[in-house]
Amino acid sequence: MDVIYFIFQQTMFFTIPLLIVALGGMFSERSGIVNIALEGVMTMGAFVSILFLNITGDFMSGQLQLILAILIAMLTGVIFSLPHAYAAINMKADQVISGTALNMFAPAFAIFIARIIQGVQQVEFNNTFRITSVPVLGRIPVLGQLLFANTYITTYIGIIVLIVSTIVLYKTRFGLRLRACGEHPQAADAAGINVYRMQYAGVIISGALAGLGGLVYVVPTSTNFNATVSGYGFLALAVLIFGQWKPIKILYASLFFGCLKAVSAAYSGIPFLNALGIPSYFYKMIPYVATLVVLIFTSKNSQAPRASGVPFDQGAR
Amino acid sequence: MSNPKKKKNLSGTMGLASSVFAIFIGLIFGFIILLLSNPAQAVPGFFTILTGALTHGIKGIGQVFYYATPIILTGLSVGFAFKTGLFNIGAPGQFIVGAFGAVYVGIMWTSLGGVHWIVALLAAIIMGALWGFVPGILKAVFNVNEVISSIMMNYIGLYLVNYTTKTYTPLFNNLRNESNNVAVTAQIPKMGMDKIFAGSSLNGGIIIAIIVVILIHIILNKTTFGYELKAVGYNKDASKYAGINEKKSIILSMMIAGAISGLAGGLLYLAGSGKHIEIVDVLGSEGYTGISVALLGLSNPLSVLLAGIFIAYLTTGGFYLQLFEFSTEIIDIIVAVIIYFSAFALMVKMLIVKYQVFKLEKQEKKEEKEAARKEGV
Repeated sequence: MDVIYFIFQQTMFFTIPLLIVALGGMFSERSGIVNIALEGVMTMGAFVSILFLNITGDFMSGQLQLILAILIAMLTGVIFSLPHAYAAINMKADQVISGTALNMFAPAFAIFIARIIQGVQQVEFNNTFRITSVPVLGRIPVLGQLLFANTYITTYIGIIVLIVSTIVLYKTRFGLRLRACGEHPQAADAAGINVYRMQYAGVIISGALAGLGGLVYVVPTSTNFNATVSGYGFLALAVLIFGQWKPIKILYASLFFGCLKAVSAAYSGIPFLNALGIPSYFYKMIPYVATLVVLIFTSKNSQAPRASGVPFDQGAR
Repeated sequence: MSNPKKKKNLSGTMGLASSVFAIFIGLIFGFIILLLSNPAQAVPGFFTILTGALTHGIKGIGQVFYYATPIILTGLSVGFAFKTGLFNIGAPGQFIVGAFGAVYVGIMWTSLGGVHWIVALLAAIIMGALWGFVPGILKAVFNVNEVISSIMMNYIGLYLVNYTTKTYTPLFNNLRNESNNVAVTAQIPKMGMDKIFAGSSLNGGIIIAIIVVILIHIILNKTTFGYELKAVGYNKDASKYAGINEKKSIILSMMIAGAISGLAGGLLYLAGSGKHIEIVDVLGSEGYTGISVALLGLSNPLSVLLAGIFIAYLTTGGFYLQLFEFSTEIIDIIVAVIIYFSAFALMVKMLIVKYQVFKLEKQEKKEEKEAARKEGV
C-alpha cells in the first residue's frame, strides 16, 4: 500500500505542473495564438518567484510565503508573455518566431541576473512548504493517505485551475467568445466581438498559468533553480495536443505522462521495478516513447482550433 | 506583374535591411542590459562583444568559423524544413545521434584507413536522417504534429546515446564520464585551414558545410524536386491535386533536414578539438541555436550561412566578456532580442514591398494608358 501512495504522490508532482501549463496553452491556442513560448514563460516565472523565496527566506516561511511566490510567478508570467502577445496580435508576426525568441531569452536572462545578484546561477531556497498531513482530511482511511498526505497546496491549486478552466471555457460568455476567436475570428469579429482583446486575454491567461507552472514544477522536486524547467514547457505542448485542446482530456494526458515520468524518476524506490534490473535510461525514455505511440493513435482526427497560429486579418474571408 | 525581376531585387534588399534593423535593436538592448548591470564596465564590455573575435588576429577569425560550422548546418537543417512547411525543432536530437554515429565509427572501425572520416560522416548523416524520418513518417501517415514528435525524438535520442555510450565499454572513458577519443584517421582533414588560420581549431568542416549550403540552395531553387518540396509546404492539398506525392515529400524533407543536423554533429565531434559526448541529461545548444540561425537567415540557405557566421562571431566575442565580469549569456539575450525583432521586421518588410509594388503597378498602368493613348492617336 505504501508503494501505491508513494507512486501516487510522485505522479502528482509531475502531473500538476504539466496540467497547469497545458491548460494555459489551451487558453492561448483556443483564442487563436500558438504559444510555443510556454517553456520560456515557465522558466521566467520559476526564476523570479524562486528568487523571491531565496531573498525572503530569512524572515518568512511556510504557506504564506508560497502563496506570495505563486502570485509573483503568475504576475511574471503575464508580463513576460506580453511581448509575445504584442508581436502575434498587433504586429501579426510569425508566432513561432516570437515564441522561440522568448524561449531563448528566459534561461539566458535568468543565468545573467542570478550571476549578477549572487555570483552563481543556481538560486537556492528552503523548502518549508510540504504538508505532512492535512488536518482532519488526512485522517480519512486510504483517501487521506492518497490525497491529503505528503502534499503541497500547489496540487490543490492545480485541481482548482482545472475546474475553473473547464467552467470558464464552456459555461461562460467569455469562454464561448474565446473559442469563437480561435475557430473563425472573422465571424467573431462580425458578431461584434473584439478579437484583439480576446486574444490578449488568451495569451495573458496562458502566461499566468505557465508562470505558475514553472514554480509548481520546481518546488516539490528540488531545492534550487538552475535556469531550466527541463523541457516541461514543450512537454506541456505535447500534452495539450495529446489532450485535444479540451480540459478533461488534458487532465488524462497529463496524468498519463506524469505517471510514467514518476515511475522513471522514482523506480528505484519501487521494489518490484527495481528488482527487474532494467537500466535507468530506459525508464527515462518511456514517457517520450509512450507519448509518440499514443500520438499515432490520437492524431488522425486532430481537432486543433482552426485559426490557431494564423494572424487575424479583419479583411480576410 | 510585368516586372518580376525588379520586385525580386526589391524584396531581397528589404530582407537585408530588416535583418540589419533587428540586429541593431538587439545590440542596443544588450548594451542597455550591460549598462544597467554594471555601468563602469558597460562600454568596454560592449566593445568586446563587437570586436572581441578580431582581437586575436587570424586565430580568432579561425575560431569564428570553427564555431560557425555546426550552427550553419543546424540552421540550414531548420531553414530547409521551414521552406518545406515543417518546423524541425528536432535538430538537437538529430545532432546528437549524428554525433554518436560518427563517434561510434570513429572509435570502432579503425581498419578503414584513408576513408575512415568519410564513412564516419556518412554514419552521422544516416543517423540524423533516421531521426528525421520518424517525425516525417508520423506526420505523413498519421498526421502527428512534427513539433511534438521531434521534441519526443530529441529526448529519446539523448537518453539512447547516453545509455549506449556509457554501457558499451570501448566507447566510454570512465574517468572523465564521456566518450573516448576517435581514431586519428577519423578526424576531419584540415584541408589547409590550419595553415590559413594558424593556431585555431578550424578544419575542413567549414568547407564541407559551405558545400552543403550551396547544394541545398541548388536543390531548393533550381530543381523540380526542390520545387515539389516547397509546393507541399505552401499547400499540401493543392500539391496533391497537382500530382505531387505529398506524403513522400514530407518524409524526404524531414529526412534531409535530419541528415544535415546529423552531419553537423559528426563534423563537430570529429573535429579533433577535444569534443566528446558527455554523459549529461541535457541537449546540446547547437541544435537550438540552429533555430535562431534559420530565423535570422530567413531560411534562405545563403543567408543562413551569413547568419551562422554572425552568431558565431558574437559568441566568440562573448567569451572574452568574462574579463569584465559579465557572463556570456548576454550573447544569448542579444540574439533572442534580434530574433524577436526579426519577426517584426518581416512584417515591416512585407508592408514596404507591398507599397512599392503598388506604386510600380500604378506607374506601369499609367505608362500603358499613355502608350494606348498614343497608339489611338
